[in-house]
Amino acid sequence: MKNFIIRRLFLAIFIAFFGAMIIYTTVRSLPASYVDQIARQRASNPLSTKSYQEWLEELNSVYHLDVGIIPGYFGWLSNAVRGDFGESWHYGIPVTEKFNQVVWYSFIINIITFGVQLVISIPLGILAARKQYSRTDYAITVFALAGISLPTFFLATILKYVFSIRLGWFDLYGLTGRFHTSMTDFQQILDIGYHMILPVITLMMLSIGGLMRYTRTNMLEVLNSDYIRTARAKGLSEKVVINKHAFRNTLIPLVSYMSYLIPSMFGGAQITETLYQIPGIGYISYTAMIRGDIPFAMFYTTFLIVLTQVSLIIADIMYAIVDPRVRVN
Amino acid sequence: MSDEKNRLPDQSPIIEEPILEDIEEAEEGKMILDEERQEDIPADFQDEEMALDDARRIKSLSPGMLVFKRFIRNKLAVIGFAILVFMFTFAFLGPLFMPYEQDQYFTHVGYQSKDYAGAIYNTELRYTVADGEEFGSYERAQFLLALGKDNEIFSLGEDTHYIQTIADGTYRIIDLDKVAGELMRMGLTPEAGVTLPEGFEEAYFAAKDAGEESFEHDGVLYRISSEKKEIIISTEENIALASLNVFDPYNEEDLDVVDSFKFKLAGEEAIAAEMNEFTVENQSYEVQYDEGQITIFDAEGQPFAGVSEIIVNPLDKNEYLSFEFKSAIRQAIRDLKDRVVIPDADGTEVEYRIARVNANYYIRRQTPTALISIYELPSAEHPLGLDNNGMDNLTRLMYGGRISLMVGFVVVILEMIIGVIIGGVSGYFGGAVDTGLMRFVDLFNSIPFYPVVIIFGSVMDTLDVEPITRIFLLMAILGVLGWTGIARVVRGQILSLREQDFMVAAEATGIRTSRRIFRHLVPNVMPLLIVSATGSLGGIIITEATLGFLGLGVRFPLASWGSIINVASDPYVMTNFWFMWLPAGLLILLTVLGFNFVGDGLRDAFDPRMKR
Repeated sequence: MKNFIIRRLFLAIFIAFFGAMIIYTTVRSLPASYVDQIARQRASNPLSTKSYQEWLEELNSVYHLDVGIIPGYFGWLSNAVRGDFGESWHYGIPVTEKFNQVVWYSFIINIITFGVQLVISIPLGILAARKQYSRTDYAITVFALAGISLPTFFLATILKYVFSIRLGWFDLYGLTGRFHTSMTDFQQILDIGYHMILPVITLMMLSIGGLMRYTRTNMLEVLNSDYIRTARAKGLSEKVVINKHAFRNTLIPLVSYMSYLIPSMFGGAQITETLYQIPGIGYISYTAMIRGDIPFAMFYTTFLIVLTQVSLIIADIMYAIVDPRVRVN
Repeated sequence: MSDEKNRLPDQSPIIEEPILEDIEEAEEGKMILDEERQEDIPADFQDEEMALDDARRIKSLSPGMLVFKRFIRNKLAVIGFAILVFMFTFAFLGPLFMPYEQDQYFTHVGYQSKDYAGAIYNTELRYTVADGEEFGSYERAQFLLALGKDNEIFSLGEDTHYIQTIADGTYRIIDLDKVAGELMRMGLTPEAGVTLPEGFEEAYFAAKDAGEESFEHDGVLYRISSEKKEIIISTEENIALASLNVFDPYNEEDLDVVDSFKFKLAGEEAIAAEMNEFTVENQSYEVQYDEGQITIFDAEGQPFAGVSEIIVNPLDKNEYLSFEFKSAIRQAIRDLKDRVVIPDADGTEVEYRIARVNANYYIRRQTPTALISIYELPSAEHPLGLDNNGMDNLTRLMYGGRISLMVGFVVVILEMIIGVIIGGVSGYFGGAVDTGLMRFVDLFNSIPFYPVVIIFGSVMDTLDVEPITRIFLLMAILGVLGWTGIARVVRGQILSLREQDFMVAAEATGIRTSRRIFRHLVPNVMPLLIVSATGSLGGIIITEATLGFLGLGVRFPLASWGSIINVASDPYVMTNFWFMWLPAGLLILLTVLGFNFVGDGLRDAFDPRMKR
């Protein structure tokens, strides 16, 4: 097991290294106009003692844009491993600082979504599996497939149309209301929570289907296995069969499925946040990326890669914890 | 890596040759299960299961037929298939029946308000200068100064100018040329170098005794004026006319005559005296007064000119405003109307609106213009209305569907090609090759999808890639980022298939490796490949639509379903024009649902044991 984890860690480092390199190559193909613009801005500042050209050169060397892609990558990497991801071009503050400011909004939204998703989809998935081919099963399958088939933006548009425009219950955009600043702390929290309702519903509707079908599939697999037949043959009550024998074994794949959700928890739901203009990491990074903010894009994507690797390792470890058979191998 | 995607396929090998046995076993298994749980299963299901389990029928059905039978028994799959058939007909055959092109826009005649002329009550004197004279801004200033002080005389250098008030607001400026003077009633003293004509003195005294200000002698008009103690007799010369009245010729060609000093002078004098006729240069004119509007007719009784205190000027200096137009506008202004209909040169009635800003009146012409009909509500000609470019929404949806479906298929095929090659090679060779290739797959899998696509989208934005090229690049990017799933499925399948007997046989015949992989192994993976391809088609269509919605995908004038919904990101459109975004969204939803239903149905049909 220890060996396995060590090997897994090396693999993760390898993937993170090359993954970031691929991203770096992509990002470097962005037109450099943004650097130009910043240099111009700084040069036109009356306090500036340097000319536009000097600023441009300095910026280029700070961000390793004056060397080739490979040396540039290593330059970036040597700073990055020391935790220095540079200053965001678009936001004007260190990337990590901006990240720290906004990531918690995404985290909260995703944690709430995750909780609601678990509570709704696992019982429904089990129900569908128990009554395979019944009306309930068809209804749940159709509902789950509809959730998977709904494009985020369409769902968000419909929700906004119904709840924001027709009913006027929620704001169209943003995380805070108009009078946010004049509220007490407690009211502010309520205000933010209120604005999170639509995004959470959107995310939930989209992710419920996947988990529900996954639960159903695994439950079916377990229900069709011999030991369930044995349990039934022993004369155990259906409740015991389902809850003790079947569900526990369904948990094994579910646990690994859930650990895949870790990246999205910290990585933010880019599309949903953009649609609702929630200043979480997803929307903030979206804005930065379409503006060609190289330091931010590099940080965000690398962060996602590392996070994915971590979640995969966690999934493997969890697998080993939940399923003793894996531990032996 | 022991994640789920790797694991599942291993447990469910689908093999072409032994498929019949598998099915039989499966059906038996199913029957046992069915018997156990009869109470859970509706009656119609039982019947179908029993019917298919009939030994005779199983023997007579080919594997393909079996799959087909099982597929059409699945209601959801059939519904999904029907949806897809509809969508393809809609997107690929629909445009043939539409009378419109995808980039054809529609216009309607709208009225555009355009500033056409301006009008103002004249409060400033307008000057008409006599031929050969000069009356520039300096002179005008001196004149106004004198007028302000109520002086009749003002001098400009050597010259003395006399202001004759014709009427209130109408002044004639005359240059007085002194010919003689009389100081303290001591007889006339001619000006140096001037010889007084004969009989001049008599005429002067006669006029003076009669208290007249001027007299005529020998056809020359002399003016008597006094300055301090001296009486001055001088000839007069017309310099200019200052008037608040505006003279407008009836016909454009008469502009020179009407604007001439002589005409205006005679006219002003006649109007001041309220005379009904006057003569200029042997032409007689008749004057008619009609509440504020004065019209001058020529000898033939034709209207010749109009006099008014309202100036009407065209905004475009090249435009000539007809007399009728001007008088109609004046009439409207006097009547305090805010709109007036005036026929233009061709006799078409044109509506004008008059807006007042302080003392100025702006006359706006309502010009009929071909306007692009945007966001037109659904009608018989355009069942889903017109979009933000005035194009038929239904037609756009059809052409957009072509692109959305085509992107989906091309990307899936691309994914399958890369996936099958890498997965096949990896699974067949195993060992170091497998490890290496799988690490490569892991690497690609780790690349965050949306961030990279968004970066690509903005790169294409800044490079101004052509809409068509953009679609191809988009397909390539989606394909390159999405093949890892298929590679894993193929590898997992092949890992188990290569241990089968038929592969040993294939190896024994000594055929090439590439042939063994792609002719013997890959066809066996095909069913699973089709299932996962159908499943991922829906995802690709959603991805493409999302990119289109964010404005990073397909670009105008081409359309895709996603880019059609893009207008809904504007709350105004979202609120007021449901027909702009709802149909496109429903089409996407239905299509993706259709692909998922069919994908599910196919999976069940190919592999009944794994029914989920």
